[in-house]
Amino acid sequence: MSQSILVIGGGFSGLTAAVEAAEMGYDVYLVEKESYLGGRVAQLNKYFPKLCPPTCGLEINFRRVKTNPRIVFYTQAEVKSVQGGAGNYNVQLEVNPRFTTPQCTNCKPAEDVATTTMPNEFNFGMDQRKGVYMPHPMSFPQQCVVDPSVISTDEGAKIQAALPAGHIDLTQKAETVNLNVGAIVVATGWKPYDATKMDRLCYGKYPNIVTNMMVERMASPSGPTEGKIVRPSDKAQPKTIGFVQCAGSRDKEHLPFCSYICCLATLKQICYVREQNPDAEIYVFYIDIRTPGMKYENFYSKVKADKKVHFIKGKVAEVKEGASGGVILVAEDTIGGGKVEQAVDLAVLATGMQPVGAFSPVPGIEYDANGFVVPKDGIVPCGCAKRPVDVVSSAQSATAAALKAVQTVRRAG
Amino acid sequence: MASKIGFYIYTGDGIGDALDVEGLIKAATTAGAAVCKAHADLYSPEGVAEVKQDIEANGLDAICLAGISPRYEYNTFNFPGVYVDKVGIRELVAWSHPATDDTAKEYSQELAEDYIKMYVTKLKKVNKPAASKFEGASTRLLVIGGGVTGMTAALEAAAAGADVTIVEREAQLGGYAAKIRKQIPVGPDYSNLINPVASDLIAKVTSNPKIQVKLGTEVARVANVPAQFRVSFKETGGKSEWDAPVPLTAEEKLDANGKELSAEDQKKVYLAKNEGRQDYMQVDANAEIFGAVVIASGFKPYIPAEGDYPHLLWGNPKVVTNHQFEEMAKAGKLTAKTVAFIQSPGGKTDDADFPYTSAVTSLVALKQAKYVREDHPDDGKAYVFYQHMRTPGQYEYFYKGLQDDPGIMLAKGAVTSVKENATGGLTVTVENTILGEDIAVDVDMVVLATGMIPTTKNEPIINMAYRQGPAFRDLDLFGGYCDSNFICFPYETRRTGIYAAGPVRRSMTIEESMEDAAGAALKALQAIQAAEEGHAVHPRTWDIDYPDFYFQRCTQCKRCTEECPFGALDDDEKGTPKPNPTRCRRCGTCMGACPERIIGFKDYNIDVVGSMIKSIDVPDDDEDKLRMVIFACENDAYPALDMAATKGHSWSALPRIIPVRCLGSVNVSWIKDAMSSGIDGVLLLGCRFGDDYQCHFVKGSELADRRMANVAETLKSLGMEPERVKLAQIAIDEYDKISGTINDFVEEIVGMGPNPFKGF
Repeated sequence: MSQSILVIGGGFSGLTAAVEAAEMGYDVYLVEKESYLGGRVAQLNKYFPKLCPPTCGLEINFRRVKTNPRIVFYTQAEVKSVQGGAGNYNVQLEVNPRFTTPQCTNCKPAEDVATTTMPNEFNFGMDQRKGVYMPHPMSFPQQCVVDPSVISTDEGAKIQAALPAGHIDLTQKAETVNLNVGAIVVATGWKPYDATKMDRLCYGKYPNIVTNMMVERMASPSGPTEGKIVRPSDKAQPKTIGFVQCAGSRDKEHLPFCSYICCLATLKQICYVREQNPDAEIYVFYIDIRTPGMKYENFYSKVKADKKVHFIKGKVAEVKEGASGGVILVAEDTIGGGKVEQAVDLAVLATGMQPVGAFSPVPGIEYDANGFVVPKDGIVPCGCAKRPVDVVSSAQSATAAALKAVQTVRRAG
Repeated sequence: MASKIGFYIYTGDGIGDALDVEGLIKAATTAGAAVCKAHADLYSPEGVAEVKQDIEANGLDAICLAGISPRYEYNTFNFPGVYVDKVGIRELVAWSHPATDDTAKEYSQELAEDYIKMYVTKLKKVNKPAASKFEGASTRLLVIGGGVTGMTAALEAAAAGADVTIVEREAQLGGYAAKIRKQIPVGPDYSNLINPVASDLIAKVTSNPKIQVKLGTEVARVANVPAQFRVSFKETGGKSEWDAPVPLTAEEKLDANGKELSAEDQKKVYLAKNEGRQDYMQVDANAEIFGAVVIASGFKPYIPAEGDYPHLLWGNPKVVTNHQFEEMAKAGKLTAKTVAFIQSPGGKTDDADFPYTSAVTSLVALKQAKYVREDHPDDGKAYVFYQHMRTPGQYEYFYKGLQDDPGIMLAKGAVTSVKENATGGLTVTVENTILGEDIAVDVDMVVLATGMIPTTKNEPIINMAYRQGPAFRDLDLFGGYCDSNFICFPYETRRTGIYAAGPVRRSMTIEESMEDAAGAALKALQAIQAAEEGHAVHPRTWDIDYPDFYFQRCTQCKRCTEECPFGALDDDEKGTPKPNPTRCRRCGTCMGACPERIIGFKDYNIDVVGSMIKSIDVPDDDEDKLRMVIFACENDAYPALDMAATKGHSWSALPRIIPVRCLGSVNVSWIKDAMSSGIDGVLLLGCRFGDDYQCHFVKGSELADRRMANVAETLKSLGMEPERVKLAQIAIDEYDKISGTINDFVEEIVGMGPNPFKGF
């Protein structure tokens, strides 16, 4: 029997569940597969509808983690097996090497000497990073990562030479950690739906079709374009932009459910575009604008008042190559009637959220057909591992999950 | 007060190259450090061991590490009984001020030496905080509202070991959910309506020995503090001497000519207004004690006023709200066979739904369409006319499932009119439909998808006997919902120990309300635990300190009691503040507000920061070396500086940066200290304010802005440029802009020239 709680996933939901449970007086293990805590929201430029930076709340939660000895966290770690039942789970983790030590709190000198580059996954491959890197400026922990591909190369030796002894250790191996916990909160979150799966939308075929998450990175000061929303092909500021809603969502061929956040994400990104270009013409192709509740409805009203934002009820059926690098979005306008062909400089696919369980399930956890976690006594899902939700609901659900976990371990003890 | 200080300078990561380390050591020693050393690998096990050895050998009671930002290096140095402080000269000096030439090097050196002097001075002044634990905390929870949310909160808290009392206005438990026929499905395959959970919850609540229920009862007042709230109850709708008194509004404090009434006259008006009610500080001997409160008072169905929506024929007996329709459906078989459900009242001009709606109203319309089909499987017909069908997440399955029913027609369109027709029914005209044509359908009944008005919109509900009044503050920002302004922290009510859940907070489904109830229950239990352990609740959960008040010098100006964003301070007859430690969030807004400078924390107070400012070396004969002070919010502006430095951004070497808990804690006396020390300008960097404020202490930067306006007046009266003191709003992610903001300010000050009082 164990009084400890395991939280799988260090994104906003997992962080919240971990700090809330720890602040109830319980020992918490937090396991994150990336090299930093913060998850998906760390990639966002702003939150809707307030347009405030996600890093502000992350900073508070990181400080709660730093100052609370009840929380032990692992990054670059994955759950390999879960055995046992409520009150007594044996969990095996694999913690992958970072090749730096905690003494490294940002090795700028090493990053300066490194020369090989590789696609930067944090920015969806829109730019390059070095073989030793800090994933993003707000990374927590602020400890560099050495890419495994450079370890046994000359580059690795060069990086090692640039750092004080004790900061880097290229001999690190993956470690196995065994935990005994009483309850497990699953907060494994989501991934943007793979846009290449929707042939009709031609993502990957034409360069000036991007996803909404790529726009978040472009709009961020720490992103590949330092905050500028541009066309990938020529780095020009687009004069016309088309947002393609339900790119994958509400579609039985792809994600049969509604991803909840994409309508609001588009409204938010319209605000980004408008701030950068007062003259941009913006077209939104939608089935329904889903802005439930007063705060979101008010946000929609605000965006709707912009005369250069055009809402077209119709699902984009086809994308064609347009003039000078642009694309043409083809849709059936179900109200105006008839086929609409709208040429735009840049198309943004409002891709939905696919739960991580759909492609990378945690062994020992049960999932439904879409990859959402099925709750069980002792196994408590929250946030987007449970259902598609926004950040507010994720925080609510993570707080509730912390209580459920506490109830289980109390019963066990 | 630290008597023996150790000061350690990290020379790695480029610090040793950028600065003259010997000079830094000398600065620390001259300022009063007993031990001062430089270390190239300070954060290594050897470095830690060396510091530990020094502490033991020299009896050091405080140390400071000048090196990596305290945000990045946080758990290496921890010695019992020793006060540990950090100053990030790596980011604030070495990385942001490259030694490009001798002059640059000279300026950086002076900057670093100033930081070292400031922090030695700080250590000489600080006391180590010690937790003051709340003795005799009550672990009993009060839940206001006996609906699904309230009952769930009670059951969840009880399952976590707490004793709970539910107080319900009505004569029975169940709330709105007990009055509905069926509920929207919550799990696969999402096609069938389910029986309401209310009856099951009622059975669980009434049989749970840890839960007490008070029916037909309301809260008259919630007095005292988290961990020991004193709650007075009364019969629903009744009057009680313990009803919470209501403070005067701004208008009520004025006379007929708009002049502010004297304190005595204000008191008279206040007493008249609250006649028959006990003073808010009076103790009700019969009150019951609770540790924390969950407010789950729910909503009231929105009923349009008479004469509203004439185009929809509101007022006609065949036009009802979804709430009225639910009552009919609950009562028995529906008589109406063809029913139109209207989601959006705006016709062709506005596609918004009715006020106070959400996804719930779309789902309810679909559910009620199913009632029509259940009661009239052969000839029942339901039309749902909507602008936007809102069925987020997996509710999409429920919506999809209905599309297969030939008796249910779901259509997007603008309902332009409802009229009586010749056959005694109603004709609904819909334009701009998805079919591309205008349609008219004859129906027996029209249902308007009206929303849910939170109970806190029109009454306080919680009835706090607090100096700042009985209601939650500024709920107008959220349309009267008892909601949080923070996306990341939905359980922030600005009243410690009181947490809202369910539709009183935000329009939500039963499923969401039950989850929310568990979340609020956790926050409530946590608040009790925090009081017992003696630390703050969110956002400074680690903070064990609490402000001290030197009451002998209090002039009863009431600024602290009025400005505290969390209503932590009450006052006595004379107006002397009464601190309530378990309500406090440790932001220091009271400290910033106090003109007598009598409020402070053990290691963060008027003297500590004032002394740091005074320890800055101000050359009084060098016009190139002007000096500025920057107060930077430690949660947002300060991290932005760290990131700017990491990214290689550079800013002027003239200002010295002092992190503050919140700009609300910045006391005007610090500005005076700066100006009288010959400092040429003061910049405050804080969060955005306004309706979408980002300050986690609510009003910090806004209050600071107001205070600085007064400072500007004072400067003017002294013949100084008011622009010498400035506030800039900066968000944590604006690290790309922050050096520009600083440099612009510095340039402005340089343009003005030295502080005319320099050298006096």
